[in-house]
Amino acid sequence: MAASSSTVPSAGPSRAAPNFWERLRGGDEAAYVLTFIAAASILLITGMLVYELFINSADARAKFGWAFLFTQTWDPVNDQFGALPFIYGTLVTSFLALLMGIPLGVGAAIFLAELAPPKISDALTFLIELLAAVPSVIYGLLGIFVLVPILRLVEPSLRAVLGWTPFFSGPFYGVSLFSAGVVLAVMIIPFIISISREVILAVPGDQREAALALGATRWETTWDVVVPFAKKGIMGSIFLALARALGETMAVTMVVGNDPKIKASLFAPGYSIAAVIANEFTEATGKLYTSALIELGLVLFALTIVINGVARLLVMGTDKYKT
Amino acid sequence: MMKRIVTQAALIAALATGVASAEQILINAAGATFPYPMYSKWFDEYHKKFPNLQFNYQSIGSGGGIKQVTEGTVEFGASDGPMNDRQMKEFQDKHGFGILHFPTVMGADVPVFNVASVSTDLNFTPEALAGIFLGKITKWNDPELMKANPGVKLPSADIIVVHRSDGSGTTYIWTDYLSKVSPEWEMKVGRGTSVNWPVGLGGKGNEGVSGQVKQTPNSIGYVELIYAVQNKMKTGKVKNLAGAYVQASLASVTAAAASSKEMPDDFRVSITNAPGKDAYPISSFTWLLIPEKIADPTKKKAIKEFLTWMLADGQNMTEALAYARLPKAVVAKEMKAIAKVQ
Repeated sequence: MAASSSTVPSAGPSRAAPNFWERLRGGDEAAYVLTFIAAASILLITGMLVYELFINSADARAKFGWAFLFTQTWDPVNDQFGALPFIYGTLVTSFLALLMGIPLGVGAAIFLAELAPPKISDALTFLIELLAAVPSVIYGLLGIFVLVPILRLVEPSLRAVLGWTPFFSGPFYGVSLFSAGVVLAVMIIPFIISISREVILAVPGDQREAALALGATRWETTWDVVVPFAKKGIMGSIFLALARALGETMAVTMVVGNDPKIKASLFAPGYSIAAVIANEFTEATGKLYTSALIELGLVLFALTIVINGVARLLVMGTDKYKT
Repeated sequence: MMKRIVTQAALIAALATGVASAEQILINAAGATFPYPMYSKWFDEYHKKFPNLQFNYQSIGSGGGIKQVTEGTVEFGASDGPMNDRQMKEFQDKHGFGILHFPTVMGADVPVFNVASVSTDLNFTPEALAGIFLGKITKWNDPELMKANPGVKLPSADIIVVHRSDGSGTTYIWTDYLSKVSPEWEMKVGRGTSVNWPVGLGGKGNEGVSGQVKQTPNSIGYVELIYAVQNKMKTGKVKNLAGAYVQASLASVTAAAASSKEMPDDFRVSITNAPGKDAYPISSFTWLLIPEKIADPTKKKAIKEFLTWMLADGQNMTEALAYARLPKAVVAKEMKAIAKVQ
């Protein structure tokens, strides 16, 4: 309300009063100003965020420079800070989450939108949307007390099949990059399903009818016509899921092992950027230490932008070849 | 019924006039999470005694407490580790006067472990703890552990180390102790609320470490004594400087403080590895950080009176909440130090 009343004086002097009131009643003027403020505020918040992160990380940037990104040591006692193990952990866990989450999520969305009877589809969708609203600490607890014990049982067979690769070697303590990836996958699947399903449902019916009329089977219609039509929206859901995976803090820190070392094995413990900030920020004493943690925040921000940019370029690339 | 209403009305009237006659004083403080239950009990009791006086304590962590009191956004801070010389100087430079440390209660870290074949307590020597956390002692049947535990069947399994992942005073006490007993630890790792751990998995909070230890066979970790007491966890005995294996308890923690060498005038002292025969070696004070000068005379008076009360009546409330009380000598010395607040 405050926003709408403040627009009156600002727009008032330049226009004749009756004219303005007429337009206000019509809604155009007010709607324009309000939505403009809403859109501009997002830009403003993002800008201020980057500004704050940049200014407050000045000490660490001055001391370490670009080497911050490529150094593996994280030693608060001796004021030596490097972001590489955290960048690695963040990328690996998010990648694992997408690897498991995309096929499951998109598959479930196709089933719910195209193949399942409407009643089952509605009931399941309701449950999935509930899942998306569960706080992440709950997923973390589930990870520790349910998932990790299950993974302990699964681990020997995984090792038997894939143990020859470096990715599944070394001891398994329960908490690991792999466990964090699985928990993240569980967390992002509801996002992928619920958005992808909406997008697939929004594909016009005549697309399906046309394909069926040409003699396509139901699956051919779904896979070759409906899913490509909805591709942009499905990609959007995956980006959103990726953003959540990159920034997830609580659930990751509870199952990732919190050890800032780079090891090829997914069974080894790791660490993520968001987790180390949450863990160490409150007790960080000394300017350089705090500043290094804030710079990690800046790195995470940049990482998100770069990954989203690359993903978008990839999508644009495939578009060009397909059409 | 009627009588109750009348008394209630009288009470409300009395309260109202009390409030009206005395000015409301709000004192802001921030800092350590470990003593928070104790502080909130004290502040609550004190508020009941003096309804016009209210403490607002934010348990944001020791680092945050030091930061906020240095910036002057709170009247006083609280920390599980004493401020170091650099932090003291930073405060002095900013305000033109110093800051005082007042020990309030004590806590301790205890080793917790999960070895299926061991049902008794385990004894740990300082060398064993340092070796395990440095990653040099890697098997449970290492000679150092066998020697300290005659008659206990220790498996030849790998030791899995669990430490805190969040910055915490608990980690400060643990690494401070290891730094004192192992020159190699002091050189390679050092002391701090977060350190560069040579080995191990990180668990978030006491509950994260204890959960990890419970779930991981052949693991060892450390938690705050109160947490171990409340959750009835099996804890290890630690060999102290006098050569005795001591179980952590409120009494053995107080004994550590009583036996520690001369208390310096600024109370910035670490009591880990204390010399007493009954002293539990991984103990520590926790401190209130009070600026030497408090400009507002009513607030200054209130804080000084609270300190006096905390050292007298307040100490009697500690054991109910499983905190170790201050030794008498320390209380007497602190009583004198209150006069330094100007």
